[in-house]
Amino acid sequence: MIPMLGRALVLLALLAASGGALVGFATGARPTALGWLWARRLAYAFAAFMALANLLMEYALLSHDFSVSYVAHVGSRSVPTWVSMVSLWSSLEGSILFWGLVMGVYVAVATRQNRDKHPEYMPYAVGVWLACGAFFSFLLAGPAQPFATVPGPPLDGPGPNALLQNHFLMVIHPPFLYSGYVGMTIPFGLACAALLVGRLGHDFIRPLRNFLLLPWIFLTVAIVLGGWWAYEVLGWGGYWAWDPVENASFLPWLTATAALHSALLVERKGVLKAWTVTLVIGTYLLTILGTFMTRSGVFNSVHSFTQSAIGPTILVFLAAALIFAVVLLTLRVNALAPEGRLETGPSRDVVFLVQNLLFVLFTFTVLLGTVFPLVVEAARGVQMSVGRPYFDRMSVPIGVCLLFVMGVGPALPWGRATGRQLRSALLPPLFTAAALAVLGFVLGVRNPWTLLALFFGGFTAQVTVSELLLPVRQRMRSHGESFLEAFGQARQRGQRRFGAYIVHAGALLAIVAIAVSSTMGTSKEIQLRQGESTTLGAYSLTFVNAERVSEPHRESVLARMDVSKNGRPIGSLYPRMNQYESQREPIGTPAVRTSLTEDLYLSIHNIDPGNRTVGLLVLVNPMVGWIWIATAIMALGGLLALMPAWRGARVPVTERARVATASPEGSS
Amino acid sequence: MSSSAGTTLPAPKSRRTKWFAITALAVAAGAFVFIAFGGIGENLVYYWGPKELRAAGRKAVGATIRLGGQVAPGSVKLGDGVSNLEFDVTDGTALVHVVSRGVPPQLFRDRIGVVVEGTMTAQGAFESQRLMVSHDNKYRAPADKNVDMKTLMRSTQGLDDVPAPRPAVAGSSAPSSPQPEPESR
Repeated sequence: MIPMLGRALVLLALLAASGGALVGFATGARPTALGWLWARRLAYAFAAFMALANLLMEYALLSHDFSVSYVAHVGSRSVPTWVSMVSLWSSLEGSILFWGLVMGVYVAVATRQNRDKHPEYMPYAVGVWLACGAFFSFLLAGPAQPFATVPGPPLDGPGPNALLQNHFLMVIHPPFLYSGYVGMTIPFGLACAALLVGRLGHDFIRPLRNFLLLPWIFLTVAIVLGGWWAYEVLGWGGYWAWDPVENASFLPWLTATAALHSALLVERKGVLKAWTVTLVIGTYLLTILGTFMTRSGVFNSVHSFTQSAIGPTILVFLAAALIFAVVLLTLRVNALAPEGRLETGPSRDVVFLVQNLLFVLFTFTVLLGTVFPLVVEAARGVQMSVGRPYFDRMSVPIGVCLLFVMGVGPALPWGRATGRQLRSALLPPLFTAAALAVLGFVLGVRNPWTLLALFFGGFTAQVTVSELLLPVRQRMRSHGESFLEAFGQARQRGQRRFGAYIVHAGALLAIVAIAVSSTMGTSKEIQLRQGESTTLGAYSLTFVNAERVSEPHRESVLARMDVSKNGRPIGSLYPRMNQYESQREPIGTPAVRTSLTEDLYLSIHNIDPGNRTVGLLVLVNPMVGWIWIATAIMALGGLLALMPAWRGARVPVTERARVATASPEGSS
Repeated sequence: MSSSAGTTLPAPKSRRTKWFAITALAVAAGAFVFIAFGGIGENLVYYWGPKELRAAGRKAVGATIRLGGQVAPGSVKLGDGVSNLEFDVTDGTALVHVVSRGVPPQLFRDRIGVVVEGTMTAQGAFESQRLMVSHDNKYRAPADKNVDMKTLMRSTQGLDDVPAPRPAVAGSSAPSSPQPEPESR
């Protein structure tokens, strides 16, 4: 019953999406009010069918209906309810279904927001979105069918992969990631629409930028949540390993970040239109490439839980999208001629260009390192991977340059700067720069790249703060307001700018924290008998005993480690080994003591309660906590920058309605 | 980029600036590609079984290698403390002697599938920097074929340890198989 209903919903979604795509394109070519109405209706219908299919799957998961193939695959009666709920995205078919839901929501919101705006672009945009939606509906209808009927359903299932049950971060990481990944469909559709129309007007760059910013926020958070999960669960002590799946999420983030900046130049100066559109399209293609890399099983990765036979299908879609984009770009790129000119010489304009080039270089570097093994294996049949040193060697200089540019750009004025302006803009921040570098040196930093990161971090920090406070000071001077008053006013009036600098503050904090945590940590591996102690840095650890804990879905052995710092006891840590019912072999969960300065990280390699021994990996990682904080700051800044647009999208309608109802009375 | 060519400069000069910019960009891009490929060449991690490692000979010394295979029965020598683990990795025909200085993982024992990351020393022993064990306890050295590193790697990461699918379950074949089984539905 449920399998049939589910399949029907998926087919209806496929029908709505493919129909809507055709209507959208037709209406774009020959605009009619009726066509636009139906394109919208079909977009909403697609969203509704996807939502219903997801609800149905959740119902099947929670009621343990093992006649649904996906539930039989990942469901289990012995797991907690929350695990059943999030099992929706724990394996391939369910995650594609969830993908469909996210896409439906995005398409519905973007369509509704622009239903009476941008009439020449929007039908095309809806057409492109629904064409993408049709592809994913097709995946659900065929290659990745979650609603297949299981004849003679089993009484119980195996439950989702144990690594997914191991930590709450896995509950929130995938929704963020999909919201980021799938959301890139919206700017892709808008960019394609601009190319199809042959124009990228000043009014249209705003929805493009805003719908790029929203998934960008999600993607930013998702990437870091993925790292955080790896840090808290995988037990090797780090948060980023340049794993192909990690890279897959990072690549579109890089191009999207570049596009967000070049879109600003489009908006301000009317230049770089074709470039921005290319970046947006590239971002979408990279999300599809990432989906292929994650889902096809071509890579060994600690993050790819879901792999299957859909790889070739996604590759075909990627090729089709690539050809469509390249043809569209070649045919229409001349239509997006610049309206203005870029200044040469030392100016913010030029720094924007440099920043964009750096991001593209970064993308190219990571892409090269990620797909290189694939190419070699395809060409020569040799299995290999590109080691971490390559990525570190390439990304560290680029990262430091980006940090530098993030400080210099905002310090410079738009247009051409005079020598005096240059001096007054660039000299004062050197103070904080030097201060931070010296502080680092005193605290023991000797790695030249880390010192450089601290130096530029200080430079950028001072520039960012003074840019944040610039309008506040101006208001205090001109309006005689108090600091708080002026701050509130300035924030409200220039919220986009304000938000952008908050994002910069978060980003610079993140880069500095990454630089410090990856170069200043210490670690050791040690085998301890009960009662034995070991020291690392200021910490002293004693293995007190091993305890067994029994939970419904797992059995664990905990090592009680008493910790003291500089001789003073600061409590106990309990790294553990978990034995899941669904998995033969145990999985460790490290114990992390996070503080603002450093983390103490304990991970069990082996534990033997009988022999009373434990083999431990112990790490002291400085500043890791700041990466999570910095990400929260970036997300907050992004939301602040987005809010006026959201308000703006709603206000005109009500405003207009009020004006419309008010004016007859006023005239009578 | 071309639009960046001078706003205030006279035309002929502007064209020269443009060409200068394009050349500079091309040189920079070329240098970058050169560095990137050089960096890749030096930092490859080879996935080899004992046989392939032996075949590589001197090339293996100093290179980063992920050596996959089975712990040879009876070869494990665990010395005092942490830093003295020695064992042999086999693929059924060739043997490689491994020296490890780290704490072995929970499952490490005779006959288990392992992936050892490290390098070959000039003395002919493999020096381990990281020791991972397969979560698939059915793993056996392939004897006549090369080690399927991909499957082995995945199983060391605990990704493939989904219990054998129940016969009634459609389309839930263990995702480990490199050639996906035809899905029955």
